[in-house]
Amino acid sequence: MLAMLLRRLGLGAITVWLVSIIIFVGVEMLPGDTCTAFLEREAQGKLLENCREDLGLNRSALVRYADWAGSAVRGDLGVSANGQKQISELVGYRLRNTLLLASGAMLVGIPLALFLGVVAALWRDKLVDIVVSTTAIFAMTIPEFVSATLLILVFSVWLGWVPGIVLTSADAPLIEFFPEVLLPIAVLTLVMTAHILRTVRSSVIETLASDYAQMATLKGVPYWQIVFRHILPNALLPTINVVALTIAWLLGGVVVIETVFNYPGLGRMMIDSISDRDLPVTQAIALIIASVYVVVNLAADILTMLANPRLRTVHMRKG
Amino acid sequence: MTVTTSYRRPGRLARFGTLISDIVARPSGAIGLTLVLGHLLLAFIGPFIVPYDFTEMNSGLMLSKPSAAHWLGADHLGRDTLTRTLLGGREAILVTGIATPLAVLWGGLVGIFFGLAGGRVDEVLMRVVDAFLSLPWILKMLVLIVTFGTGIEVLIPTLAFFYGIPVIRIARAATHDVVARDFVQAARARGHSRGTIIRRELLPNVRDALLVEGAMRWSWMLLAFSSLSFLGFGVSPPTPDWGLMIADARGFMSFSPLGVLAPMVGLSSLIIGINLTADALAKALGIDRAQKAPV
Amino acid sequence: MTSAETTERDFLAINDLSIGFRGRAGTMVPVLRNISLTVQKGESIGLVGESGSGKSTLALAMMGYLKTGLKVIEGSASFDGIEMFTQARKSLETIRGGRLALIPQNSGQSLTPTLRIGAQIAEALRLHSSLPETAHSARVTELLSQVRLPDPSTISERYPHELSGGQQQRVAIAMALAGEPEALLLDEPTTGLDVTTQAHILELLRDLARETGMAMVYVSHDLGAIARVCDRVIVMYAGEVVLEGSAKQVLRDPGHPYARGLLASIPQLKDTHLPRALDGRPPAPGQVGNGCAFVDRCVIATENCSAARPELTQGPSGAKTRCHHAERVNEIPLIGHREVSQRNLPETISLNLDDLAISYARPNLFEKLTGRENQATATVDAITIALRKGETLGLVGESGSGKSTILKSLAGLLPPLHGSVDVADGTPLPARVEDRSASQLRQIQMIFQNPDESLNPRQTIAQILAQPLKLYFGLSGEALNERSAQLLEQVRLGAHYLDRLPSQLSGGEKQRVAVARAFAAEPDLVLCDEITSALDVSVQAAVLELLDDLRRENDTSYVFVSHDLAVVRVLSDRVAVLYQGRLCEIGPTKDVYGETSHPYTEVLLGAVLEPDPDFSPTLSANDAVELSPPKAGCPFQRRCPKRIGDVCDTVIPPRRDFADGHTIWCHREDF
Repeated sequence: MLAMLLRRLGLGAITVWLVSIIIFVGVEMLPGDTCTAFLEREAQGKLLENCREDLGLNRSALVRYADWAGSAVRGDLGVSANGQKQISELVGYRLRNTLLLASGAMLVGIPLALFLGVVAALWRDKLVDIVVSTTAIFAMTIPEFVSATLLILVFSVWLGWVPGIVLTSADAPLIEFFPEVLLPIAVLTLVMTAHILRTVRSSVIETLASDYAQMATLKGVPYWQIVFRHILPNALLPTINVVALTIAWLLGGVVVIETVFNYPGLGRMMIDSISDRDLPVTQAIALIIASVYVVVNLAADILTMLANPRLRTVHMRKG
Repeated sequence: MTVTTSYRRPGRLARFGTLISDIVARPSGAIGLTLVLGHLLLAFIGPFIVPYDFTEMNSGLMLSKPSAAHWLGADHLGRDTLTRTLLGGREAILVTGIATPLAVLWGGLVGIFFGLAGGRVDEVLMRVVDAFLSLPWILKMLVLIVTFGTGIEVLIPTLAFFYGIPVIRIARAATHDVVARDFVQAARARGHSRGTIIRRELLPNVRDALLVEGAMRWSWMLLAFSSLSFLGFGVSPPTPDWGLMIADARGFMSFSPLGVLAPMVGLSSLIIGINLTADALAKALGIDRAQKAPV
Repeated sequence: MTSAETTERDFLAINDLSIGFRGRAGTMVPVLRNISLTVQKGESIGLVGESGSGKSTLALAMMGYLKTGLKVIEGSASFDGIEMFTQARKSLETIRGGRLALIPQNSGQSLTPTLRIGAQIAEALRLHSSLPETAHSARVTELLSQVRLPDPSTISERYPHELSGGQQQRVAIAMALAGEPEALLLDEPTTGLDVTTQAHILELLRDLARETGMAMVYVSHDLGAIARVCDRVIVMYAGEVVLEGSAKQVLRDPGHPYARGLLASIPQLKDTHLPRALDGRPPAPGQVGNGCAFVDRCVIATENCSAARPELTQGPSGAKTRCHHAERVNEIPLIGHREVSQRNLPETISLNLDDLAISYARPNLFEKLTGRENQATATVDAITIALRKGETLGLVGESGSGKSTILKSLAGLLPPLHGSVDVADGTPLPARVEDRSASQLRQIQMIFQNPDESLNPRQTIAQILAQPLKLYFGLSGEALNERSAQLLEQVRLGAHYLDRLPSQLSGGEKQRVAVARAFAAEPDLVLCDEITSALDVSVQAAVLELLDDLRRENDTSYVFVSHDLAVVRVLSDRVAVLYQGRLCEIGPTKDVYGETSHPYTEVLLGAVLEPDPDFSPTLSANDAVELSPPKAGCPFQRRCPKRIGDVCDTVIPPRRDFADGHTIWCHREDF
């Protein structure tokens, strides 16, 4: 058990390390560097030399990687190319704002998905299931920018209930993001709920067909006790990992949504940094998002391990 | 003894026919396949049936309401919305239609290879795959696009490369499943070469998983492609493209909601069509799709 | 019929019950047809039939339960006068698991994985007993010891996956007993268990039935198990009852052609004949014609049999039989049809195993560095056997005995830890299949346990057979077709099978294809890994007969692995008994099955059941499951009923040689 945990932790650390290499190599392969981007047309001769000297870009790639990775481990993400600000400071508020979006979506989406998924499975092929499953397919497959635009059209343009665009500055107190933040959260929730719901539904259906569900019926256990004691604990175990993957995937999806709503989060900052060729910022954001992905997946693995008696207890019999 | 066997295996065409009829047997599959085929047909014949030239601007028509001449009105440059909507999927279908098979091919081959190799090599590869998957798709794509431009000669290989990586995972898992089965052990014990085992025993069984995976990848790729267009990193104007059209018309949607709604219907109907077909395909082949995560 | 017609003394009653599913055409396809039967209080009846006969569906119907998709077409099922199919859910919940309990087929999968054993039994107590909540844990312990589980308080804290198959089955029994049932339904409760475990569970059930006066409905394909526990036996075929009578009537001299065929197809320890196969296969649901369902496979059928469906009537022996020719069934013999000939085998050695040791454990880097890699006990060790040309060597033992592991190693799929294998001319056989020469590969072929797994579902039979023919003989075109068709003829399948996919064949037909594929290589040695255990008993007999024919025609050697001692006896010239990967005994079949045996062989033989109501097994050792061989001494030390003392735990037993190459490894000297 402990060995398994340590192994998972080790693998997670290796993944983050590999990500850092991929990011670094990827950025290295791009033509130009921070100085050519920063100086633009003046990037030549003495000026360029000096800039590179200042930023330490003359050193070998290996040394620069070690420097960058080493600082990142200590929480120092370097300075941005434009304006030479500490990236950690720049990112701080943006990360907070993105987490506001993500946690809002999770808080509503996960319980909603569990509820609807279980309901759809228990009333399989009945009207409620058909409605829920069909809606889920729509919500899951339509691109975020489409659903976002549609929601803005309906709730902001036509009904005028909430603003369709966020004008709050990045470092404002969280409370000032209301009610503008509601629409972006709604879009995220929609997609996330659909994904998790589908997994929950099929997992519950599979468990309903299991021998132990049949046995519980033939043991005379009342229906709702079968559902809560015998079905759900087993059916929901495998969904933990899917929830984690969905959360991790949100971080990519959030980029589009933040752009649509002009929301000052990490995703929009990433787009801006790429457009501005601010490579240090791009690198930093990539590393943060990748680490979140790894941590969320790790957490799901550990949670599954703790919740599943098959993994928690020693294996007495093989296969 | 004279042998008079009719030595015929069921023809490829016949088996394909069975598969199609299995898909169409479900209402959702029939709807999905109709949508997909309709869009493909439109992509081919679109230029011959549209009422106007998609670049033709008419300042008198700017943001006009639907009329007999312009059923869906016109956009902010006075271009016919119906024409542009009907043509808006061609670029997307072209790019993703080429990139999807490429992604499934390279991801599938690498996945099978490492699935067979197993051991330490396999472990290392899976870490690299994990590392790639942990970066958001949009970041990976944007970095390349910003550097190399937005032409289809950049978009196709970029999409094919990044969307092949999750295919590696699927192909590897399917390979592991098949390799553990006795018929592969039986072929090994007979002494067949690795190539024969892959070709005869493995591929026919992994193919189904890859087929469903391909359909899914196609839908994700379309989503990525149109999102990029929407963000301004995809198709360049004045080429009609749904993502770009929605981005352009967004500012005017209070005056002319059809400007965003029409391309939305175009894009959504294609993506939903693909997903419904993929679902029906997975069920027809006995592979459940809903268990899979969106990565 | 209505429940009013059910007489009061019928405890369990099925009246004219038909159950079916809606077919593609929209009509109801019956899987059970007009079943009527009754069970009295305290009576135990057996429901016998092969897969697909509807016996499990019938048992579940007694609880008012239908699997998804099944519907009652007509008829009724009642328990103590209570109509089960019209009962409200609430009232069913009170009866099920209380007065009427089920012991399921596969307890491992029927216990909820996330609940502790104690909690699952306590749940039954909460629902069905009047005991106060505080008394539950004591009662759980009591129930677990009643089913003779050692250390009940520990077991109740365990999760299902931490128990062995036999333990899981006992837990399921304890769970059923928790509701103090008046009737117990048992759905193949011992299928898949080792022979000694099965015998112990059956004894337990017999004792329980006697102590508590429960009625029992025992569903099984195993006539031996039925004979042990049942007073009355009902034989089912294609969804209907074909024979019903006392255990003696049905098992001694069955009054129905199918039942006779079934009985004759069972290999028995005391009968050295080759069991007689039942040709053909049962009709699929909905495919039964107007006549008798068994007509296509019946050797005494006449025209009348396909015209009219026979009624269930009193036969000459007193049992009720569904046959037009009940007076002629004696024409169908009950014993096997031919003696497996005593063959004179040449002294030429075809394969020589010398001190073979195999381990699944791969030492990791840490163990390699610290030199601990060789400390783990090997899964299989010290196997030295010389196989003669044309000889059939049987390998027997319970699960975990390493018999399949040895086969895999011989096939080159699992390299041994040490030891060597030499072929006929004394040249060593390379350990890995990749290093073997083309002719070495061709000479050794393997047949796997489950043809669903060993035949590629995507290939037609022609493609499957073409693989070895192309590889070893380079056949192609017309020659390939001709040889493939010829092979199919050899395994009694027609050339028209060539175009089919495995999924279109029955289990027995698939296994024949697997046999044909092995013989396509014209091998010297065929490795058979439990090749009949996934098959119905009547089909098993056909495969055994086929193997016997093929070895006569081709002079092939077999290494025949099985957990079923009677099956091994039928074919083997010599038998090796394995326990925990070590040889206990090897010798000519008649000697190993004879008087002088290793204690483990005695335990195994004692536990084998015969389809005879007067037969009782001898249980001389417990059925504990051991997961790894002991570190030192005799492999059987922990369970041996004839243990001498410490010497068994510390010293590897010496070999004791008897006549005809009969060898026993044991410390005892009083053989």
